[in-house]
Amino acid sequence: MATPTKSAPALVRNPQSTRSTIALKLLMASSGIIFVLFVLVHMYGNLKAFGGHDAFNEYAEHLRTFGEPMLPYAGLLWVIRVVLIVSLVTHVVTAVALWRRSSHARPVKYVAKKNGHSALSSRTMRWGGLTLLVFIVWHLLNFTIGKVNPSGGATGDPYNLLVDTFDLWWMTIIYLVAMAALAMHLHHGTWSAAQTLGLTGTARARARAKALGWVLAVVIAGGFSLVPIFTVVGVITK
Amino acid sequence: MNLTLKIWRQPDPDAEGAVHTYEVSEISEDMSFLEMLDVLNEDLNAKGEEPIAFDSDCREGICGMCSLMINGSAHGPDVTTTCQLHMRSFSDGETITIEPWRSEAFPVVKDLVVDRSSFDRVIQQGGYISANTGSAPEANSVPVGHDKATRAFNMATCIGCGACVASCPNGSASLFVGAKVTQLGLLPQGQPERDSRVVNMVAQADEEGFGGCTNIGECAAACPKEIPLDVISQLNKDLRTAIRHGY
Ligand code: HEM
Ligand code: SF4
Ligand code: FES
Repeated sequence: MATPTKSAPALVRNPQSTRSTIALKLLMASSGIIFVLFVLVHMYGNLKAFGGHDAFNEYAEHLRTFGEPMLPYAGLLWVIRVVLIVSLVTHVVTAVALWRRSSHARPVKYVAKKNGHSALSSRTMRWGGLTLLVFIVWHLLNFTIGKVNPSGGATGDPYNLLVDTFDLWWMTIIYLVAMAALAMHLHHGTWSAAQTLGLTGTARARARAKALGWVLAVVIAGGFSLVPIFTVVGVITK
Repeated sequence: MNLTLKIWRQPDPDAEGAVHTYEVSEISEDMSFLEMLDVLNEDLNAKGEEPIAFDSDCREGICGMCSLMINGSAHGPDVTTTCQLHMRSFSDGETITIEPWRSEAFPVVKDLVVDRSSFDRVIQQGGYISANTGSAPEANSVPVGHDKATRAFNMATCIGCGACVASCPNGSASLFVGAKVTQLGLLPQGQPERDSRVVNMVAQADEEGFGGCTNIGECAAACPKEIPLDVISQLNKDLRTAIRHGY
């Protein structure tokens, strides 16, 4: 129902499907799913730390020799890195574009607004995502690019670097906070990606996608948290 | 009942608005919310003040004209339209905040009245089917399954009120667009224009300044016609199909 005012936008002529907000969401969902698969495998790999120094370092080395001699040394790792970098850029660029749109879509805020029917995780995707981005930068400096050992020790040995890092209680806290942010992001992100891809056309499919969000959040963030927790309490040692 | 009302007042689209406070007394709990506002306006008229502008038409929950953000909820605390909301849903002495829908695509015309013609333009871009005029076709020549017919009918109950947009933190119109795309997509008559419909309607919604959907779900919870979130999944699926078909 309408009470028209003078300055209305014109009807769009010959629009393109690929230039719509939904196309942006499709990019965001696909890159998000690549992340989910990656963190699932990454989490599983980290659990090797429970096998001790040699098991963990062998696993890290195996990642680099995987596929040899068909692939060069660290070849697979570089393929994964390129896919992840492209996904990250896609995910963040589309997130920022949609965030800006949403801010413009409600120029005057409500004096009173209740959001009682949505999950907290769904309303914190943007700030939570930003938290993850900051964390990812530190995490890469810590273990991949910079090999920063916050306890000042040696950095050449992956397992020892891990133990040194999580022996510091405040490092463990930082990682656990990041895993809480990851859990929240996965809780809503999983369901949201299913919905964005058009896989939740019935009430049952919707309930299943939401359940999968819970499972992935608990399994992935919980699984990642085990190594720092068991290191700081002294079960995983050098 | 006696109530304190905090109401957004804005003389015209370009003016600065502000919240004004009014007291109303002896309100019956059997009154609708709009009748309560009528009482306030009678009062204001008697005092020679400008009455509060708000939208309404059918006052029986079928036209979608009434709006209002009431205490932070679109159409107030119940799942219904404002004209069907009764004062028994409030308690004596309560303070009620009343605001217009807030959306870039729904500019305020005056006080609580907003311009929802953006919805009309979205519908103009594809909320129809093309059919030959002339003699009526034989009704049984195009069979439609009962489940599809019922579902299409349920989606067709959208009254275009805009509560979905008003309650969405992103100001997205996806529930509204999804309801129409799903309704017509379920029926054989909707197939010829299926790809162009979704692309055109979404493009118009984007052009009007509605936000992108983040599947939060506030819209479906606020919808007086209980349109489910599934329609947004269907909307996304239809757009994905249109991309594949090169539209
Ligand atoms: C680098 C920092 C990141 C930022 C800034 C970010 C931001 C966002 C934002 C704003 C959304 C949209 C929320 C919504 O639609 O409700 C989103 C969706 C999503 N994110 Fe992230 N995210 C980041 C990292 C990640 C990571 C590490 C994962 C995987 C573990 C991930 C998985 C997903 C998934 C699956 C979605 C759902 C896509 C959809 O809405 O259809 N994101 N992200
Ligand atoms: S989908 Fe529901 S809330 Fe949105 S315009 Fe239609 S009836 Fe109103
Ligand atoms: S006035 Fe028609 S639906 Fe409320």
